[in-house]
Amino acid sequence: MSELYRFSIKDKLKGLLERKFSSIEITESYIERIKNFDSNLNSYITLTEDLAIKKAKESDQRYQAKTNLPLDGIPIAHKDIFCTKDTLTTCGSRMLSDFVPPYSSTVVEKLDNAGSITLGKTNMDEFAMGSSNETSFFGEVKNPWNKKFVPGGSSGGSASSVAAGLCSAATATDTGGSIRQPASLCGLTGIKPTYGRVSRYGMIAFASSLDQGGVLAKSSEDAAYLLSHMSGNDPKDSTSLKEESIDFTKTIESSLKGIKIGIPKQFFSYDLPDYIQKNIEETKKELEKLGAIFCEVDLPNLDLSLPIYYILAPAECSANLSRYDGVKFGYRCENPKDLDDLYLRTRKEGFGDEVKRRILIGTYALSAGFYDAYYLKAQKCRRLVAEDFEKAFKKVDLIFSPTTPGTAFKAGDKVDDPLEMYLQDIFTIPANLAGLPAISFPTGFHNELPIGMQLVANKLEESVLLSSCHQFQKITDYHKKWPSQ
Amino acid sequence: MSISDKELKQIAYLARIGIEQDDFQSLRGKLSDILNMVNELNKIDTENVSPMSHPLDISQPLREDEVTEKNQRESLQEGSPHTKAGLFLVPKVIDKEE
Repeated sequence: MSELYRFSIKDKLKGLLERKFSSIEITESYIERIKNFDSNLNSYITLTEDLAIKKAKESDQRYQAKTNLPLDGIPIAHKDIFCTKDTLTTCGSRMLSDFVPPYSSTVVEKLDNAGSITLGKTNMDEFAMGSSNETSFFGEVKNPWNKKFVPGGSSGGSASSVAAGLCSAATATDTGGSIRQPASLCGLTGIKPTYGRVSRYGMIAFASSLDQGGVLAKSSEDAAYLLSHMSGNDPKDSTSLKEESIDFTKTIESSLKGIKIGIPKQFFSYDLPDYIQKNIEETKKELEKLGAIFCEVDLPNLDLSLPIYYILAPAECSANLSRYDGVKFGYRCENPKDLDDLYLRTRKEGFGDEVKRRILIGTYALSAGFYDAYYLKAQKCRRLVAEDFEKAFKKVDLIFSPTTPGTAFKAGDKVDDPLEMYLQDIFTIPANLAGLPAISFPTGFHNELPIGMQLVANKLEESVLLSSCHQFQKITDYHKKWPSQ
Repeated sequence: MSISDKELKQIAYLARIGIEQDDFQSLRGKLSDILNMVNELNKIDTENVSPMSHPLDISQPLREDEVTEKNQRESLQEGSPHTKAGLFLVPKVIDKEE
């Protein structure tokens, strides 16, 4: 049973139901793998071994009593941005390096209630700000396909652990691409749902009008299993959508026949490497084989996405992160001489460079005299981008593009050049601005590193994203590849 | 455009982030680069466009004003760096009158 990690979630559930293996066997096999392999990857910050074993035993009892839950016994990991009651939740920061929340996030609670087993908390860029998982206080995460390369970010720990078979799937969050970009760089399927589909309660805030929880998984079907039990209205999150949760596994077999897919002509003004151009054509052909019809769409304001994002996200982050003051929870500097010294040194020592840069930019954009010129201007431009998508979705069902401008890059390559790093998210940010659901899925390899493509759908159309990728994955096997250990 | 030393000092204080003198120059450079990038938006005409604050343009729902949380002072203070007798402690902020 050493190969249990290779089973899909569907097959794990089937095997558990037929008692071919037990929850405790699956959980122990993952814990053993984490102990054997994670020291090279650093994908976990906290391993919750004892709790996982206890939960797995309870899961086996439910299977015996035939009272098993929908995800009973499936070992998963949570990005360390989701609060877990009584378990360390760091958000990848020194500021929260000893923070043990007194409550759990809705996402964690829902997945617990569905019977899944939490193996631990995954590493991430500090406060979800980064595209390479190099800004974590708990150290860099490695890409399992080649440990000299980054896994992407900010959900780099979740991506690395799923790609290496150190959990069945993992929760993640996406503010400008933090699920889809690491999915692309690690050869995974990653879905960012419609803004408001998944509750933000207990999900540590970065940029509240953009943040959205989602899943990193090996396949679209695995992602559908998790998303079905994470989403739905939550009275504790005032931006949560009214819609109740949907069982996305029920619609996953829907055909791609007649589905119209638009390719924004603007995306191709970027200087993309040949292997990405070639992969776009190959992926397009496969999707056409399945019955999809391609056409060109026009998103004239797409180029504004990056500047809009780098006003809105820092502005919102500067407000959200003002709560870390060294008083009520989190890190506090030693021997403050007065209140100003307490704030200034706590925040200087508690935050890393990228977080400080974004807080400073956001503070500047929101400061007296600049609000209209920056934040308000960016909110207006945001509407232009959203309206472009609205128009496009009158003509097509999905919008197709690469997820990232290339495959994974080497650790250290971009970390000192913020603007170069920000370009990683050029294809993913527009969906966050418009609040639309989007998925990244593996479509090939270049020099043994995964390539990913992205589909964006109209709001609340996650089921079309999941079924389209599932159909693609039925005729391809990129999602079935595993890196060598 | 670039940020001056004075401006950087001011926003760092507004954000209550201490900065070492040695880091000023490189930080100014990086922040100026980011501001130059975002200043692209100034070229766009947004005369008749209303700002978008919620991506789906949904307004905040209202609920009945009911008590949903009970007092959890002790568990909430467990994570605090410094408390005494149920209070959060900070350095002295008010001096005796001279």
